[in-house]
Amino acid sequence: MTTLTDPPKASFRLSMLIYDTRYRSLTIQAVAMIGFMLFAAWLINNTMTNLETLGKTPQFGFLLEPAGYDINQRLLDYNSQDTHMRASLLGLLNTLLVAVMGCITATIIGVLVGVLRLSKNWIVAKIMTVYVEMFRNVPVLLWIVLAMAILIESLPAPRAFRGENPEATMNLFDTVAVTNRGIYVPEPLFSNSLGNIHLLGQSSLRFDVSVDLIAILIVFGLSIFGITKMNARAKRIQEATGDRPNTLWANLGLFFVPTGILLALLGFHLGYPELKGFNFKGGTHMRNSLIALWLALSLYTAAFIAEIVRGGILAVSHGQTEAAEALGMRPGRTMRLVILPQALRVIIPPMISNYLNLTKNSSLAIAVGYMDITGTLGGITMNQTGRELETVLMLMLCYLVISLSISMVMNWYNNRVKLVER
Amino acid sequence: MSDVSFVRTEMLPQQEPPGSSVGIVGWARANLFDGVTNSVLTILSLIFVYFVLEGLLSWTFQSVWNASSLTECREIMTATWGKTHGHACWAVINDRWLQLLYGFYPPYPAEAGVNFGENTGAWPAYFRPNLSFVLLLIAVAPVLFDKLPRKLLIVTAVYPFLMPWLMWGGSIWGPVMAAAGFGIGYLAFRLLTPVLGGLGGIIAAIALPVIWWLFLTGIVAAGLESVVSISIPEVESRKFGGFMLSILIGVVAIGCSLPIGIVLALGRQSDLMIVKTLCVGFIEFIRGVPLITLLFVASVLLNVFLPPGTQFDIILRVLIMVTLFASAYMAEVVRGGLAALPKGQYEGADSLGLNYWQAQRLIIMPQALKISIPGIVSTFIGVFKDTTLVSIIGLLDPLGLSNAIRADAAWNGIYWELFAFIAFLFFVFCFGMSRYSMYLERKLHKGH
Repeated sequence: MTTLTDPPKASFRLSMLIYDTRYRSLTIQAVAMIGFMLFAAWLINNTMTNLETLGKTPQFGFLLEPAGYDINQRLLDYNSQDTHMRASLLGLLNTLLVAVMGCITATIIGVLVGVLRLSKNWIVAKIMTVYVEMFRNVPVLLWIVLAMAILIESLPAPRAFRGENPEATMNLFDTVAVTNRGIYVPEPLFSNSLGNIHLLGQSSLRFDVSVDLIAILIVFGLSIFGITKMNARAKRIQEATGDRPNTLWANLGLFFVPTGILLALLGFHLGYPELKGFNFKGGTHMRNSLIALWLALSLYTAAFIAEIVRGGILAVSHGQTEAAEALGMRPGRTMRLVILPQALRVIIPPMISNYLNLTKNSSLAIAVGYMDITGTLGGITMNQTGRELETVLMLMLCYLVISLSISMVMNWYNNRVKLVER
Repeated sequence: MSDVSFVRTEMLPQQEPPGSSVGIVGWARANLFDGVTNSVLTILSLIFVYFVLEGLLSWTFQSVWNASSLTECREIMTATWGKTHGHACWAVINDRWLQLLYGFYPPYPAEAGVNFGENTGAWPAYFRPNLSFVLLLIAVAPVLFDKLPRKLLIVTAVYPFLMPWLMWGGSIWGPVMAAAGFGIGYLAFRLLTPVLGGLGGIIAAIALPVIWWLFLTGIVAAGLESVVSISIPEVESRKFGGFMLSILIGVVAIGCSLPIGIVLALGRQSDLMIVKTLCVGFIEFIRGVPLITLLFVASVLLNVFLPPGTQFDIILRVLIMVTLFASAYMAEVVRGGLAALPKGQYEGADSLGLNYWQAQRLIIMPQALKISIPGIVSTFIGVFKDTTLVSIIGLLDPLGLSNAIRADAAWNGIYWELFAFIAFLFFVFCFGMSRYSMYLERKLHKGH
């Protein structure tokens, strides 16, 4: 019979913190943590001392003072008596506006160019290659400034539209005026409007919601809901009986008719821009700064997206197509059911990170005077109030929130389409 | 019974392929006019290319090269072609190209009293930035192309200390003493490890150079300078500009961000929770904000974060922030390289009994860095392009200079020629580097 003795109980010695792998990681982490805290404390201490010397103890009260500057391209109502906070809010909305517009156009152009670069047509493929290389290898800031210069220098001034024989005419059946002060497009108007709802009273975050828009969205949403219900029913019937009832006309009707009736009831019409005096009145005015930024960002990002799309399509092995054909699938179904789902898995993550880049690049708006959040909060507000620390921190926070939300979408998507192996 | 009337006994000679499927015609049929849609596309594209080239080429080549102002340029155009638009006025580049390349960096003879003779050109006058650039190429060559002799790595090691001296000037003893700090660290590690043990050696190897840099470098350098004076005229940072500035910022940022990026990537991959959190936080924060906000920090806030009274110049502040920016991206590139290594490599290193740092140094990093070189190059291209952003905070990079040139009465109103020149130079750099990275990708792809 043997007796099991306990392993010798080593008493804890201080040197084990370094030489024993069980404790070493703890030591390293503690040292890292202390180092980081010391560094942060040093930074904060320096900042406090410096700011006190400058007489600028951090506070955010300046946000409620009147801004005193104008924002020419805006989505909500604003005047120069509004607060810095409202100016920043409008800047943020402008950032989001140009980011969303840019992402949409960049995707459209990028997918088109990416597919055309794979075209069997030699000259088309080469033109697309030239486009991609040209835009990828030149700084985006240069493209933005160049787009702005082209818009200002080469487009006709509003006065060129005047007179009996004007030098310039409006485009698209006299509805769109392209001038060197921006582009005037028709605006939707309602003659029997239901009015607006004012939310949040007179505060800096106030905004109006158009009841017309809500009504249209509700009706349109109900139509779409109806269409999905009807298609589900058709599918049930098809599975039960083998015959699919024809839903095309009902679908089209549901899609257009209710919304159309509502629009007619509301008295929907377009307000066209008209030349009055020295400038155009009416319509929606998209300023040069917005157009230049939008154009340059979309074209620049589209070059990257084109490469991603091309890579994604090439990444699906040819065997997949052949296997789909061997199963007797037609080309459309092959594309939709076999190639696209696999290509999208490769395409979407880098595409989203390019959307993120576009959003961050939109901060270059400051170079052309588009009032995005960098131009309002990080530009004029910072210069007027002298609150560098607060404004730059808020600015970073805004971008960080946008970036992290986009990353969250990306992670969610990545997890959804992750290959599940064994 | 019918018999076979004819049986061929010899082979027919091979026929030529039909004329329409070989040569240029065949190529055009296969690649350009393959079906109706393709033919239409081809014709439309040809018309498009014709109009673009026609306008662009006549603008580029029917141009004015010698004039002292835009007005004079326009007069020459009117005299020659009868119209002022549709022709480039390259005279602005002819007049200002040195400024676009070097900013306000002083030509050497002007301040040193050395005369290279009349009109000897830009090379001797700007030999300091030019020499720095050539040495840069020599310094990175052995890193980029592994067929070159390994001895060239000495240039790579010396370059980080030589370049600041060449560019900013002053006494040579400052950079030499800064380099000596690394020597001291190494010596401390070698000599003190047997005395103090492993940990003591490492602490000494870190602490002694830091003490040296913080307290002794200045004194010793000043002393040596008074004994043996080797110095070249100093150049202030605010005179830096043009492509020289872009390249300087790009190269310094990438050079410094590589080690930081490697450390951050290792931290992000490690099991130590706090270290990992700190690294992830830093990387995601930097990648989440636009570079322009970091440049705002450099221009208005960095001095506030440092001890009261610290003042250092804007270029250095921008270099710090761009380096931090680049290192977050670099960390992600290196992390990609680390993740791409098969797990067997880590296990192999473990089974050999290597500790963490030995495994990283001998097994993991050489392979991971090799995989990530294309990524590093594309990060470099990105940072190089992003250097144009410094024009927004008032530095005179090419774009900033183009505004400065336009502010001059002589060249007021000139846009396209300046933009075209700047775009062309950026294109040449970035396209060249992207080709290199593609070559590398192909080369690295072969093995497995």
